Amino acid sequence: MTIEETEKEITEEFELFGDEWEGKYEHLIDLGRSLPMIDVTYKTDDKLIKGCQSKVWLHSEMKDGKVIFTADSDAIITKGIVALMIRVLSNHTPDEIINAQLGFIDKVGLKEHLSPTRANGLVSMIKQMKMDSLAYKTKNI
Amino acid sequence: MNSTIKDRVFDVVSVRESFPILSKKVNGKTLVYLDSGATAQKPQTVIDAVDNYYRNQNANIHRGVHTLSQDVTVAYENARATIQNYLNAKYPHEIIFTSGTTESINLVASSLGKKFVQAGDEIIISAMEHHSNILPWQVVCEEKGAVLKVIPISEKGEILLEEYKKLLSSKTKMVAITHISNTLGTINPVKQIVELAHEKGIPVLIDGAQAVPHQKVDVQGLDADFYCFSGHKLFGPTGVGILYGKEKWLNELPPYKVGGGTIKTVTFEKTVYADLPLKFEAGTPHIAGGIGLAAAIDYVNSIGLENIKEYEKELLHYATEKLSAISGLKIIGNAKEKASVISFVIEGLHPLDIGTILDKLGIAVRTGHHCTQPLMEFYCIPGTVRASFAFYNTKEEIDLLIAGIEKAVKMLK
Repeated sequence: MTIEETEKEITEEFELFGDEWEGKYEHLIDLGRSLPMIDVTYKTDDKLIKGCQSKVWLHSEMKDGKVIFTADSDAIITKGIVALMIRVLSNHTPDEIINAQLGFIDKVGLKEHLSPTRANGLVSMIKQMKMDSLAYKTKNI
Repeated sequence: MNSTIKDRVFDVVSVRESFPILSKKVNGKTLVYLDSGATAQKPQTVIDAVDNYYRNQNANIHRGVHTLSQDVTVAYENARATIQNYLNAKYPHEIIFTSGTTESINLVASSLGKKFVQAGDEIIISAMEHHSNILPWQVVCEEKGAVLKVIPISEKGEILLEEYKKLLSSKTKMVAITHISNTLGTINPVKQIVELAHEKGIPVLIDGAQAVPHQKVDVQGLDADFYCFSGHKLFGPTGVGILYGKEKWLNELPPYKVGGGTIKTVTFEKTVYADLPLKFEAGTPHIAGGIGLAAAIDYVNSIGLENIKEYEKELLHYATEKLSAISGLKIIGNAKEKASVISFVIEGLHPLDIGTILDKLGIAVRTGHHCTQPLMEFYCIPGTVRASFAFYNTKEEIDLLIAGIEKAVKMLK
């Protein structure tokens, strides 16, 4: 599945809830719970993306030309959004990740979590995902 | 809402009508604003005063010969007098307009540090200080080779006075302490803290940001050397704040920022600085802010600080009781003397998640470390949820908070 296809899939998944925030957040919380935990050996300070309030740990590795992300967060709603990001971006080539527009966040009505002033570390996480991809790409060239 | 207001010390319904934002819808729900500790909402009179300034009064102060300038200078100086009365300061020139508590503390730390602090000296703060009352002193200590000493607190969140006494010495150059903790709500025994410092000839700065909206502050009664607060937490505009300083101290301190308005004469060789308060008020100030702040104080006075204190005590008591009944909820900060601020954590839940769900319900609380990271370390928690109440809040809103928390727990657990 391409990044756009996964984004579309998620958008449709959330459309089921309409304007009703509760179902949407319950779904997000479930997604957070189902996110496979990052390997504890990677849950270290150097993998930590600091938000002011919630913490996000992000680990990436290159496998067969594709970047694999694993992550965790200490806040469950943040973790749910982290799970969405991983579903969309993980297992793609560095170029695909670098060029991803991630418009689905706005479409599913979670934009507020990605405002730069939000203290949850998500904006920094996306930036880090792209930076890691760029680093892998540069190494290969 | 009408059924329960009869016994109250003032009519909270009409009070709420004075605050336009309180009838706003947030996320489709009527706003329940429980974040007045971060910034308080503004009554119509404050909004009008600021609006009127720009419409009818705008001119630069202390400069012009023209009528507008003279009139607005009078208005601005009247605002200073209103603040002087609010704090019961001896002279109007002991009231310095700043941009807020943070700048007030920076001013004192910088100017006092420059002139009076030397290597090996000590500055005392407490373990419950806001970063704004830690960092400026840390900078002075780093620059001068001085040492920052911290008064420890008890698990309940009270200053350990015996430990404080031990810290006071001939090396101490300043004691800087918060009047009311923004995170714990603890009301510190500042009068006693000042007395103990003065016995050794040490000046005391009090961070009053959380105190002035809740209770009468008498700087002469406290014998405080410096007292700081922000306009926006006192129902006034943002970007304006106050430094009260005893005349003798303000005369001793060198200017903090220099520029237009702070001088008597300037030549390239020598500048003679203006008298108080202009010595500390470089540049064109936030004139609308000063006038708006005075309007806020007039509003608070029209309700009466005693009434406010009594009513908020009732809210605090009610909220404490209701919150304590929630399973797994722990209130952080259980001092005997508390203002209407409640921090709490819920076992197994992240404060940010709770705050996010509450926001969806239209309930505004603060989550996080509240700019008191050392305090979070003391309690070994990543942060808290903080509900802070003002006199425009109601028990019904506390009920909505409780219902919101219960919903959040159900969703998150």
